[in-house]
Amino acid sequence: MDRRPDPEELLRRVEAGEQRERRGRLKVFLGYASRVGKSFRMYDEGRRRKQRGQDVVVGAMQSKVTPDIQEILARLETVPPISTRHAGRDYEVIDLTALFRRHPEICLIDGLAYDNPPGSRNPQRWQDVRELLNRGIGILTAVNVQHIKEQQDKVERITGKRSAYSVPEEFLREADEIEIVDAPPDALLDRLPDGSMPDSRRLAELRELALLLAADVVERQLQEYIDAHGIAAGWGAQERILVCLTPRSNAADMLRSGQRNSARFHGALLAAYVQQDHLNAKDRQNLESHLTLARELGAEIHCLKGTDFVDAILQFAREQRITQLFVGHSLRDRGWLGRSPIDRLIDAADHFDVRLFPHPGES
Amino acid sequence: MSSAGRGRLRIYLGYAAGVGKTYRMLEEALAMRQKGIDIVIAYFEPHGRQETIAKTEGLETIPRQTLVYAGTPFEEMDADAVLQRKPAVALVDEFAHTNVPGSKRLKRWQDVHVLLEAGIDVLTTMNVQHLESLNDQVWHSTGVRVRETVPDWVVDEADEVVLIDLTPRALRNRLERGVVYPQEKAQRALVNFFTEGNLTALREMAMRHTAHEVEEKLDAAPGPVGSHPDGRKERILICLTGSPSSAVLIRRGKRVADYLQADCLAIHVSSTPQGREAVERHMSFARNLRIAAHLLEGSDVARAIADFARAQRVTQIFMGRSMPRPWWQRFSETIVHQVVRQTRDIQVTIVAERRR
Repeated sequence: MDRRPDPEELLRRVEAGEQRERRGRLKVFLGYASRVGKSFRMYDEGRRRKQRGQDVVVGAMQSKVTPDIQEILARLETVPPISTRHAGRDYEVIDLTALFRRHPEICLIDGLAYDNPPGSRNPQRWQDVRELLNRGIGILTAVNVQHIKEQQDKVERITGKRSAYSVPEEFLREADEIEIVDAPPDALLDRLPDGSMPDSRRLAELRELALLLAADVVERQLQEYIDAHGIAAGWGAQERILVCLTPRSNAADMLRSGQRNSARFHGALLAAYVQQDHLNAKDRQNLESHLTLARELGAEIHCLKGTDFVDAILQFAREQRITQLFVGHSLRDRGWLGRSPIDRLIDAADHFDVRLFPHPGES
Repeated sequence: MSSAGRGRLRIYLGYAAGVGKTYRMLEEALAMRQKGIDIVIAYFEPHGRQETIAKTEGLETIPRQTLVYAGTPFEEMDADAVLQRKPAVALVDEFAHTNVPGSKRLKRWQDVHVLLEAGIDVLTTMNVQHLESLNDQVWHSTGVRVRETVPDWVVDEADEVVLIDLTPRALRNRLERGVVYPQEKAQRALVNFFTEGNLTALREMAMRHTAHEVEEKLDAAPGPVGSHPDGRKERILICLTGSPSSAVLIRRGKRVADYLQADCLAIHVSSTPQGREAVERHMSFARNLRIAAHLLEGSDVARAIADFARAQRVTQIFMGRSMPRPWWQRFSETIVHQVVRQTRDIQVTIVAERRR
């Protein structure tokens, strides 16, 4: 289906594009634990870019580095961070002034999540990085999933620990590119057998978290690509379940089932109803309670407008790249020539599955 | 690495050629060798990539065997020679490869199973589009129907699946620099398969699938989440027919079953001997995916499905759309209608054919 954006949307995109062009490109290497190899991947890419003639500078490194990283660092120009001590704590702060003056094409920043000492220009390192980007400097940086602010509740549930440092997820989503650095947990335990690592089960859970976070970022990139090119929304990698709510449907079953399914698939759960003007008090009350439950279960709720229930649902499902549609049905619905709205829905559903839930009390 | 019993399997999973699966596999092989592990290359596909070829230096390679098919020689992995050499670890590139006709086994992954059974650990590579359950989705996203597929259970049985990630932009740069394919082929690839949209879609599939594999291996994966409202384990029944769309139906049903950690069954109810051959093909396809497939006889198809579903305590039925019918038959119910009416406590899912 053709989805051409309206002119204002186009204008907004052009402006965003222009702003983006002036801004440096941000590339983030995301890992699920220390020692997974993010920093090495970042430095290695810096080394290769320098070989290809780009102007690469290191703006921040970790205090302890492995010999393979040391080897690369020896071949790259460094603008060393400023070491300071504040209230008994050591800090390393990116030397923004020096970097602005040096103005490299690409700057490597290890340890994106660090805090700056009180009284600094920015409280956190990622904000320094944003300034570099705004001045047109490209950034390669590395971060762990346990430092992503919105993921920290989940991380704490897994490890029982919470990092004092954080980077907002929004900053990650602003990145032009995000690359996940994956490795089997056993390999990490092998590298650091001193017990400072979470056990392999916890590592596996962190790993899943990082993979799904990256998948969500990529899902959004895909959606942007599809929107920008006005192409037909294909069958995406993410399961997207739409529950159709009507006053008499068995909404509780559909929503609970939808929630279980979307949780298992790490997909999205949406609920939609088609606005009707002439609902009686009981139907309106039913619909309200369905919506309340949908909200409780974390569904994204949409009110559709349209004279025809089937058309409205179909159009919405296509726009939203729905993969499974949950709908209630009544055996009393059979219309002329045995064709009910549900039959029409099934006939037209080329791109998603239709799961039927009998209305309550019709068994 | 285990010395006794079955060997361990590690799959380096990527989303396209050129992301660096083989390179990474070789790097880890070199690290193992440094630790004194007895490791050999059982099969390596150089693709003329110099940086990758350089990584094989210092690693022992088992010579390939040559098989002649239709007058042309083909080189395949020599599994017998690997067995004889019996290293601790063997590297086998391109897990999804189909062996040339006349080989001992149809697929390379079957050769790998023989090595694993002999207690040899295997490192191998594959792309996400070779996964059977993603075949329709890949076709839908990219327009390419992948012919060489690996059943999901084969990948699920791997001890480790490691994602090899690279951003689409970096991959396209590699193609432009001629690192992945020779220039002419690379230029064609960039406009055909390796478009940003295709690569982004495949990449997301690879990430989600790796996450799924990680979750599968966490034994305490949230069991109750996948179960039926009343706490029963989900049991999914796929109603297959001789229609070509049954392949989509089978893959889809199995995929949902896998994610819900549900049992998966399939039946065909035959009322006429017509189209038996196509049905047989779908039955054996289902069995290859480890779905328990049953063939029933009966004139009342819907009744047979409903009875079977009830007897087997099925919680969800997956069906294809009923064929479009001439208007004079529309007074009678479709099979879907009849099944829905006769199985009130079971959810019925009608699977779309998903034409492009």
